[in-house]
Amino acid sequence: MPEFKQFALPDVGEGLTEGEILKWFVRPGEPVTVNQTIVEIETAKAAVELPCPYAGVVAELHVAEGSTVDVGTPIITIDVDPTGPAAATPAAPGPGADTAQPTPELTELASVAVAAPDEPVEPGLIGGPAPGGRTSVLVGYGPRATEAVRRPRRAGGAGRPPTPSAHPTFAQPPMRADAVREAHPPLTARPNGSGNGNGELLAGGAVLAGGAVLAKPPVRKYARDLGVDLATVTPTGPSGVITRADVDAASAGGTTAAAGGPSFDAARERRIPVKGVRKHTAAAMVASAFTAPHVTEFLTLDVTPTMELRDRVAALPDFAGLKVTPLLFVARALLLAVRRHPMINSSWDEEHGEIVVKEYVNLGIAAATPRGLLVPNIKDAGRMSMRELAGALGELAETARAGRTTPADMSGGTITITNVGVFGVDSGTPILNPGESAIVAFGAVRPMPWVVDGHVVPRQVTQLAMSFDHRIVDGQLGSEFLADLAAMLRDPGLALAWS
Amino acid sequence: MSDGDPSVAEAHPELVQLLSPEGERVAHPHYSIDLTPDEFRALYRDLVLVRRIDIEATALQRQGELGIWASLLGQEAAQVGSGRALAPDDFVFPTYREHGVAWCRDVDPLWLLGLFRGVNLGGWDPNAHNFNLYTIVIGSQTLHATGYAMGIQREGGGPDGSYPGAVIAYFGDGASSQGDVNESFVWASVFNAPVVFFCQNNQWAISEPIEKQSRIPLYQRARGFGFPGVRVDGNDVLACLAVTRAALARAREGSGPTLVEAYTYRMGAHTTSDDPTRYRLASDLESWKLKDPIERVKAYLVRNGLADADFLDAVQAEADELAAHVREGCRALPDPEPLSMFDDVYVEGTPHLDRQREEFATYLASFEGAR
Repeated sequence: MPEFKQFALPDVGEGLTEGEILKWFVRPGEPVTVNQTIVEIETAKAAVELPCPYAGVVAELHVAEGSTVDVGTPIITIDVDPTGPAAATPAAPGPGADTAQPTPELTELASVAVAAPDEPVEPGLIGGPAPGGRTSVLVGYGPRATEAVRRPRRAGGAGRPPTPSAHPTFAQPPMRADAVREAHPPLTARPNGSGNGNGELLAGGAVLAGGAVLAKPPVRKYARDLGVDLATVTPTGPSGVITRADVDAASAGGTTAAAGGPSFDAARERRIPVKGVRKHTAAAMVASAFTAPHVTEFLTLDVTPTMELRDRVAALPDFAGLKVTPLLFVARALLLAVRRHPMINSSWDEEHGEIVVKEYVNLGIAAATPRGLLVPNIKDAGRMSMRELAGALGELAETARAGRTTPADMSGGTITITNVGVFGVDSGTPILNPGESAIVAFGAVRPMPWVVDGHVVPRQVTQLAMSFDHRIVDGQLGSEFLADLAAMLRDPGLALAWS
Repeated sequence: MSDGDPSVAEAHPELVQLLSPEGERVAHPHYSIDLTPDEFRALYRDLVLVRRIDIEATALQRQGELGIWASLLGQEAAQVGSGRALAPDDFVFPTYREHGVAWCRDVDPLWLLGLFRGVNLGGWDPNAHNFNLYTIVIGSQTLHATGYAMGIQREGGGPDGSYPGAVIAYFGDGASSQGDVNESFVWASVFNAPVVFFCQNNQWAISEPIEKQSRIPLYQRARGFGFPGVRVDGNDVLACLAVTRAALARAREGSGPTLVEAYTYRMGAHTTSDDPTRYRLASDLESWKLKDPIERVKAYLVRNGLADADFLDAVQAEADELAAHVREGCRALPDPEPLSMFDDVYVEGTPHLDRQREEFATYLASFEGAR
């Protein structure tokens, strides 16, 4: 007789609540064996392939590709005895309908761990509310709080055990606050702004009966920076925790710690109106830093061969009158590397939900000018010869220095180099020019001890740093791009092979 | 040294290797090994069965039968080699990944699965197998091992100053950065404790590469603590066997601790909750696939006429049988009695614990249909 077994979406990663069906590898009617890969799912942590727990014939797929379903939802039914006569039909999918579900005993155990609804558990206790509505687990953020199915209790309260609150030593937040207070009682009097930073830990009470202010360390620092006394802030976070927004609200409301008076000397401060390039730069940098998740990678390399090549190229009649700088070689190598990794030269189109890969390169060069930081770009630099590129770089620098850079010069960039080396700086974590997905910082080239064939010898060494937009560029692509760029500067001959 | 793998040989001139990745025997001036054909075949069988347990457990986790699983894929030789070097009276302090060593100590894999299924806390009797319970806290078992070894010292050795057994502590490259591990090195060294520190350097502490854990090869750290360290090809079961045997013998004869660094690679994820493709390159994995611990033994057996198709098929069949045992046994593992969690906290009850047990029993009895 056909015997149907359902397989429910498991929690493959300690506390995941749902998964998306990416791809089915089997179709109804097909035979399956134990541990045969049947489906690929994507969870908050990873894309994983699920092996089949049963041997038999696929009876039904319950969830279509592209759908996201909760853990515990049956996703496939398998007939483990397909040779028998067809009698029963697969049970309708539903929670608790099958053997792959947690056993009844396990379900009961799970429900024992949380208190009955009429006995609210204090924050911090097992099963009690946790910040963000989640329950603490060993890895990750844990599952969202869900409606647990509770076992019915016997009537009457006689047999009930003491509530957890009978054991106050288990209630962590109050205990911690009390312990801190006992250890340092007088610090509460410390005025804000002049303290050593510990004062706020104990500054007067917001909600907790204990009287201590609850706020995370970054919020404490934020409040200190704004001169906001946490004791005056009304908390809105879970369990009376002061959030960043609360500090903002308090700051806007003017409830700053003015009691002790400002501890700074206004006469020795200078206030500069924010306008022009500074204003534009600030807006662009904030927009970039807080929309594109930045990743920065560093690579230190020996560029002696490139520096030697520069001397030879500078002596060529073709390049007479042109500035042959180390930056020129970095730019040239970057353009070749872009050709090998086109995805790096792309932008994120939030509105359309698309990644725009550009088949042209408008190479931005960050330039320090009297007006401030400008990033003019060389249009279609990818099609230029080395000589044309040298000319364009020289022209771009001249124009910027003279303050004649036009808005058109600065628009439409696709990838940028910032030459921090000219300031004698080794490296940095550059912020992306808005709309671009990569920026390379080129550090100072200086003679350094370097190991060659087991011997320390002086070599011309520099550092490259590259930030990239992690929405578009993964660590692998970013790393390969940076490695290719470095490889050409270590061994410029590679450019012949890759151009 | 090995001519088999220039990358390993060049980067690690001190690496002890007795069987190259191509399955060629390699001579070493300090370590040699002479096994019977049966012993060779037994090692191969161990490796295959241990890998099969691991693969089956990983699949069971993906099917929702285990909460989590820490795969040993790629580390079979380090575990089987060192595990088979143990004498009956030696005592093992494992991490949570020593499934291969557990196999060598006759611990039924179902005990291991019970822990990862959440139905027991290990459950096997450490004294019955001379194999302690899995330790989840990173590195703390090295202290337990050192203390146990010092206990062996205090019980006294034979007239020649030797001890009846030695202790082996397993840990990983990530644990080498832990204070506990470094403290255990200090204690073991100054007390000359009969303990072997067996570090499986699988290159990754979850997502942290070994380059961020140490500026020098890990085995060289032992020197600073005052005892010898040796790096062995962790994918070479023969070298792991020979080096661990020597280190254990040294400990038993009263000459003190040794650090063995088994240089290997974690071919899978840190645990089933981890996705290594997010932080390491596929090309690394490819190069380590060529150094597979099982393939080289198989190549050696076949090339030297020590194994034929019948033998290989029989091992495969045995692996399938074992997998079925693991699979069916896992699903049949009984859920524990809720009150049993109080049983093994102390040898005898304490008033505080007894009260908690009572309260919990009352609580359980408050539900409808409770027994």
